[in-house]
Amino acid sequence: MTQSLILSTLTKTYQGVPALRDVSLSVAPGERVALLGHNGAGKSTMMKIILGLIGHDSGTVEVLGGAPGSAGAREGTAYLPENVAFHPALTGLEQMRHYLRLRGEPVGTAMDLLARVGLADAARRRIGTYSKGMRQRVGLAQALIGRPRLLVLDEPTSGLDPVSRRDFYELLDGLAAEGASILLSSHALTEVEARTDRLVILSGGVVVTQGALTDLRRQADLPVMLHVTPRDGARDDLAAALPQGRMNGTGVHLHCAQDDKLATLRRITGLGDMVSDIDVIPPSLEAIYSHFSRRDGQ
Amino acid sequence: MRRILATAATEFRISLRNRWVTVAVAMMAVFALVLSAAGSAPTGALGADRLSVTVASLTSLAVYLVPLVALLMSFDGVAGEVERGTLPLLLTYPVTRPEILIGKLLAHVAVLTLAVGAGYAIAAVAAVTVDARAAQGLPALWRLMWSSLLLGAVFLCLGYALSALSRRPAGAAGLAIGLWLGMIVLYDLGLLAAVVADGGGWFTTDLFPWLLLANPADAFRLFNLAASEATAAAAGIAGAANAIPAHHALISILLWPLLALAAAVVAFRKVTP
Repeated sequence: MTQSLILSTLTKTYQGVPALRDVSLSVAPGERVALLGHNGAGKSTMMKIILGLIGHDSGTVEVLGGAPGSAGAREGTAYLPENVAFHPALTGLEQMRHYLRLRGEPVGTAMDLLARVGLADAARRRIGTYSKGMRQRVGLAQALIGRPRLLVLDEPTSGLDPVSRRDFYELLDGLAAEGASILLSSHALTEVEARTDRLVILSGGVVVTQGALTDLRRQADLPVMLHVTPRDGARDDLAAALPQGRMNGTGVHLHCAQDDKLATLRRITGLGDMVSDIDVIPPSLEAIYSHFSRRDGQ
Repeated sequence: MRRILATAATEFRISLRNRWVTVAVAMMAVFALVLSAAGSAPTGALGADRLSVTVASLTSLAVYLVPLVALLMSFDGVAGEVERGTLPLLLTYPVTRPEILIGKLLAHVAVLTLAVGAGYAIAAVAAVTVDARAAQGLPALWRLMWSSLLLGAVFLCLGYALSALSRRPAGAAGLAIGLWLGMIVLYDLGLLAAVVADGGGWFTTDLFPWLLLANPADAFRLFNLAASEATAAAAGIAGAANAIPAHHALISILLWPLLALAAAVVAFRKVTP
């Protein structure tokens, strides 16, 4: 299957400061890829290069089989910029009609598209009166025009409430099921974990890792935390039996490496009567994310 | 073409919402009315019909007003999109930069057409009602009309070019005012000073006519005055108007919009969203 988007050894430098270094990435039709990274990690820069808005220094970029920004690439690509903006004097409906005309799509679908993002009631009001979340939804509506084959979404859920976010990801699922490739960026790993097929973590312009969440979890190899609750009166005995742990009010906290997890659990269950309960807490998504996205020297 | 028309329709709607249409029409109408009222004195003495005299006065008015209105509408053209943050998204659509500029140009020329048309129509009606012979001046009025739109197109495109160069509306506004002062006011003053200093030498006879043609505003004035029966009604460069063939001025006012549009496209291409 041909890829919708292929980046290979892409490098971009802004006035001597490297923004992207040797970035290689590909997105297949129907695949949802999340791009994660700090502010300034190079997410928006990468997206702008893919869209042909800015050039790159070396490496190759292929968008829908053509050069970024070529007529064919633009026809099939939809973009939602970070902090999307529209002319405040136009109504949502007028703005959508304008975008439909530019794409050569029937203008009659403008209202349907706005209804899909929950803006049917506000369609005839000027965008100047919209809240940030409503503008974001106009941005989503315009990205849905004409069944795009590649969607490039820069922090698409910023400004959306949790319910709208869920609706948004459902829209994406539908598009991906129809074969659209989706590249979206986000700050929050917790938000995209269940909603994307692959995660790409960018730090300081370099892809530090990519893969499904389970792969990243294995790669990070962060310690598991165990919380052991003692039986009544067995507190001090338990603390003595597990000297590597730390006693707090309710029980003993201890960390162990992934590989040692079962051995440690066996040892704890071997303590018999002293233990009333064990909680196993895997590393949080945020911990995995910070593990990979640490900046150099931090 | 579809994309140009879509852009033009949206831009025209924005001009309507921003009250640009109202402001431009009102401005031209008021000035035309004032001119008609004030210009009633010299009619008989010249022997020209009333409308031709009005056209001569309107020419002098249009030279100042049309570029000003055009620049006011266009300075925001690219810089405004950059500042609002609407440009990156627009440029990912299957529309080229020249198409965007031409769309904006069509919309703004339409606004100018309304404004100039309203102003000139008021002046024409005023002339015709007091002078039965005024219908003789209609060809001159028609010529003034379309050449005004060409002059407007030149300054619209120059406005887009400045807008693209400065990338910020405030900077673009400053540049636009500077351009207007330079090309409309100071250029003529400079030429006048040079002619006076030269005292009828090589500059006045050989270079001066070309310098007049090189400025679209002067070419516009020359074209309308040279073709008009009532050149004497307009002071200033009337003498020069007789020395330069009208078709030279015509070529200048036809070429300038194209040059200015090309400059705008070049400047817009350099804008990185």
